[in-house]
Amino acid sequence: MKKKVLAMLLASAMVFGLTACGSSAADTAEAPAATEEAATEETAEAPAAEETAEAPAASGDLIKVGIINNDPNESGYRTANDKDLKATFCEANGYDASFAYSLKNDEQITAAQKFIQDGVDYLLLSAADTSGWDSVLKDAQDAGIRVILFDRTIDADPSLYEASIVSDMAFEGENTVKWLESQGLDEYNIIHIQGVMGSAAQKGRSGALDAKVAENDNWNIVTQQTAEWNAETAQQIVQSVIDAGTPFNVIYAENDDMAKGAVAALDKANISHGVGKDVIIIGFDCNKWALQELLDQNWNFDQQCNPFQSSYINDVIQTLESGGTIAEKTIVMDEKGFDATTITAEDVEKYGI
Amino acid sequence: MKDNAVLELHNIHKSFPGVKALNGVEFTLRKGEIHALMGENGAGKSTLIKVLTGVYTKDEGEILLEGHEGPVSIKSPQDAQHVGISTVYQEITLCPNLSVAENMYIGRSDDILQNWKKMNEGAGKMLESLDIPAKPTQQLGTCSIAVQQMVAIARAVDMDCKVLILDEPTSSLDDQEVQKLFKLMRDLKERGVGIIFVTHFLDQVYEVCDRITVLRDGKFEGEYEIKDLPRVELVSKMLGKELDDLSDIKGDSEVKVISDGDIPVFEVQGLSSTSGIKPFDFHIGKGEVNGFTGLLGSGRSECVRAIFGADKVISGKVIKNGKEIKIQKPIDAMKNGIGYLPEDRKIDGIVGDLSVKDNIILALQVMKGFFKPFTKAEAYAFADEYIKLLGIKTASADTPIKSLSGGNQQKCILARWLLTHPDYLILDEPTRGIDVGTKVDIQKLVLKLASEGMSITFISSETDEMLRTCSRMVVMRDRKVVGELSGDDLNQTKIMSTIAGGEA
Amino acid sequence: MSNTKKMSISDIFGKLFRNQIFVPIAAMLILLIFNLIADPSFFRITLGYNSAGNPVLSGYLMTVLDCGSELAILAIGMTLVTAASGGQDISVGAGIAIAGSALLRVLCGNNTRPETLNAPIIVAFLVSVLVAMCFGAFNGCLVAFFKIQPMVATLILYTAGRSIAAWINNNELPIVSDATFSYIGGFIPGIPIPTPFFIAAACLLIIALVLKFTNLGLYTQAVGINESSSRLNGLNPTFIKWLSFVILGICVAVAALIKVSRLSSINYSVIAKDIEMDAILAVALGGNALSGGKFNMWASVMGAFVIQLLTTTLYKFNVQSDALPAYKAVVVILLVVFSSPVVREKMAQISKKMKSRKEAA
Repeated sequence: MKKKVLAMLLASAMVFGLTACGSSAADTAEAPAATEEAATEETAEAPAAEETAEAPAASGDLIKVGIINNDPNESGYRTANDKDLKATFCEANGYDASFAYSLKNDEQITAAQKFIQDGVDYLLLSAADTSGWDSVLKDAQDAGIRVILFDRTIDADPSLYEASIVSDMAFEGENTVKWLESQGLDEYNIIHIQGVMGSAAQKGRSGALDAKVAENDNWNIVTQQTAEWNAETAQQIVQSVIDAGTPFNVIYAENDDMAKGAVAALDKANISHGVGKDVIIIGFDCNKWALQELLDQNWNFDQQCNPFQSSYINDVIQTLESGGTIAEKTIVMDEKGFDATTITAEDVEKYGI
Repeated sequence: MKDNAVLELHNIHKSFPGVKALNGVEFTLRKGEIHALMGENGAGKSTLIKVLTGVYTKDEGEILLEGHEGPVSIKSPQDAQHVGISTVYQEITLCPNLSVAENMYIGRSDDILQNWKKMNEGAGKMLESLDIPAKPTQQLGTCSIAVQQMVAIARAVDMDCKVLILDEPTSSLDDQEVQKLFKLMRDLKERGVGIIFVTHFLDQVYEVCDRITVLRDGKFEGEYEIKDLPRVELVSKMLGKELDDLSDIKGDSEVKVISDGDIPVFEVQGLSSTSGIKPFDFHIGKGEVNGFTGLLGSGRSECVRAIFGADKVISGKVIKNGKEIKIQKPIDAMKNGIGYLPEDRKIDGIVGDLSVKDNIILALQVMKGFFKPFTKAEAYAFADEYIKLLGIKTASADTPIKSLSGGNQQKCILARWLLTHPDYLILDEPTRGIDVGTKVDIQKLVLKLASEGMSITFISSETDEMLRTCSRMVVMRDRKVVGELSGDDLNQTKIMSTIAGGEA
Repeated sequence: MSNTKKMSISDIFGKLFRNQIFVPIAAMLILLIFNLIADPSFFRITLGYNSAGNPVLSGYLMTVLDCGSELAILAIGMTLVTAASGGQDISVGAGIAIAGSALLRVLCGNNTRPETLNAPIIVAFLVSVLVAMCFGAFNGCLVAFFKIQPMVATLILYTAGRSIAAWINNNELPIVSDATFSYIGGFIPGIPIPTPFFIAAACLLIIALVLKFTNLGLYTQAVGINESSSRLNGLNPTFIKWLSFVILGICVAVAALIKVSRLSSINYSVIAKDIEMDAILAVALGGNALSGGKFNMWASVMGAFVIQLLTTTLYKFNVQSDALPAYKAVVVILLVVFSSPVVREKMAQISKKMKSRKEAA
């Protein structure tokens, strides 16, 4: 509580802080050269590369796109997402792309207005907040700019955008629970470590498990706590269960970091985990290092949360450019779950973020 | 209640951990009188007033007020105001950034919405009737201290107070301002207000008061009509012993004047600082006591601050024993054997929450260095030595200095500098706001130290005091040195005429 | 003092109530007693072996000592900053991200997953100390030289710090596979007590020695209480305020070392999140005035362990996730109210009254 109140005070003060320090997060700027280089190197690895390489630069003219994203430092997911976008929307693929980053809605809206003035052809948007976008998207529509949402949806009339490419968090949860069920344990005693309460990812990933536990008598929650995506807090939560001596055989952590923290606590208490061991470890997001843990059979399952939307966006743009129409506005991306018994080294390279 | 009394206190007791501050105090205030409350520092004046105004709650005793059946209980300053007791403290407790009228009405209105026009009119009338030179809409901070003081009194009067307490109201006023304040006090007296006047200035007591109540060591010493109590007797009542006549002091030790051949211990040439004083020259010899005099704001404090490096020096040089030294900040001065007791004890002197012991050793400790702290035993030994030497009244060496009375705080600061054994000690208003006994102690100490070879600059707003101690005086006017007096020239008239600027 | 014996008990109580360290100690006792009544297994400590085969002591109390270490270390620096500047540094969490990132950068070089360490741990640690001291010095400059409110001054790093941390490692998330590195946040083979506890103890010992053999305590308090008077006594208040931030920087680097070592990795956006609030709270729980001046270092450190004890207790009783902050808030409010001077003075008065009643009887 105290943290929240303070956080709120700080947040309000932060507006000042940001202007004072001229943080780059607020700037609408081209990506720094260094990152761009890195991104180009990675192109070969990015799954989108094969498809987009064939895409011709339609008429010799570059397609101008303005991309508004969250700060790439926010998380590993976002870093991968940004890299993927940079790799796809480059000159070689026929695009002239400008990027703007911010975790704040008002700054994102300002960036959008600037892109509209610059006369981009497409506006790609991962909105910080779901609301407040109606008028600026209307402006875009009036200026003949087409809007594509990625990663996050917004509360606006669907007629204002062409397509919305999203992850289905509920599906991620269901897929994972389905896998867990297929393990056919006699009893499931689960330590459930949640993300920041109320976030889309937490709701989707908790929902499926909660439902399953409610339905089945042999599925029990040993403890259910939020570690707020924090590895160390997760470690403390699991430590607490170990100290109490309560038996458990599944750790369901809603991201890879928290799973890692949980495993640290298990290691300390010499509790075995992984394929064929005492405790099943489940993580989310498919960080490369997490998939490596799967490959080493220390963990059991990791569910992807796909940050590679660029190929989907590219498809949509190409379709629209060639005069086609988009059948379904909301495009849910394919997201895989990886089982330690079947994962390959190629998977680690290809899907790891 | 006695005839004509507006306030009676009977058998008041109040203790603090380790100290019995009030022990059976009696006090009676009559209608339309100005009643002086006298006593040394630590005698219990402040405590009594705080009990009366609800800042402290008494342990025992009763308070009777005119128009109230039986004893009244005062548990908070609001209660005190409510029953008609108002106080004006030494430090202005009003808000300098609000207007005069706002200050007079703040916190009093029952209406949530203030009627500005009515408020300004009311304030204007009150100011006019009391002949206070301020406009209701003027910002308080732009008025002189005296006027601010008067506004505070006007606020109290406007609250229909029967009892007005003035706690050291004159200590930061010049003579003219004091006269204005006295006129105001007499006016209020005519209106039937009972005034309790707390001050250290004996002259003022005899000028304006009708009666005196003397406290000593928390006990009631007596109540006297002013005409029945000569000054010497008053002082001896306050001290509880026969006082060696004040004028004797100078007799015991003939002050030294350096002869022309001697090299001064400290010499200053063309010194000026960012505080705006004009470049000045100054010198002091071994065992000499001299002083800076001038009206408030004439730059006498700024001169010594420049010597000590307390203000940023912008020109001039300081010479010690014939060799030029660099003083850019206080530590440089301290390392060259200069000590400085600052004018404003609260802001520049004491470190309030620290113990008496830490306050005493602070300067010497800083000189000794960051990596060489005194051991506990050493620190206590120093503290105890000086507590005894200067007669500092404190429960223990660990008592926070802020809980001591003003005079005792001053003695601690004096102890702090004596402990550094300086060659040259600057005392800026060491006797301000402290009682007669301590004043005499300090003057004697100054002369004793000088006789042992210490050079001392003594600044005081009481010319008497300086005449008694100094052998040479530098006179200042408008931030400029305008004269230097010594020998036969050193007398009240000559000083006055030099300060005033006319040739005598 | 003829009746020494009679007075002693209530006197001791009176003194205790007025003593600053009373509140954190009382809070700790209450929490421990609560645990004792609710479930004595809280106090069980067992000797086991971790997956590497080394002996480890485990149990709730060990968890408190282990996980409370970083906070205790930060409380040392935060107490000094609070005392000298009368404000708080809210960038310590971000500072830990930066120091941790620098540490990993030196350990791993350009390779995010090195098989061997690129540099000795001690070198990497010293570099991170240097980095953290620089950022502390930056904060200190803003506060001491430019007289900016500490909270506002440190807001800059609070906002930008985690981005800087990410930038140091080119946005990569390095992982150290060397086992020795994990000893720092875990266990040294053969010693069953968690290493962070030793590090915290060492830090406490160092600060105790510093307070004893230098004038840091006296100077800091003098400057915090009365800056102007301190200057006239030859102190340099600007430098002392600045110094307190630099010392906090060192504390931040030590805390970062432990935090990073616990998982041999770092997550810039969540590592040591909100730890600044807990550090400030530790200082407040210790009964230290957040407006500066006098301080009691040990009370702050006790405060830090009280916070960890509270967290561990709440985990133990499996409080629902969404209700957790509420429970914590209630306890914290109670503690802070009880540690306020007003309440302490009242309690001292009550004990005095009890004493006089006893004497009358």
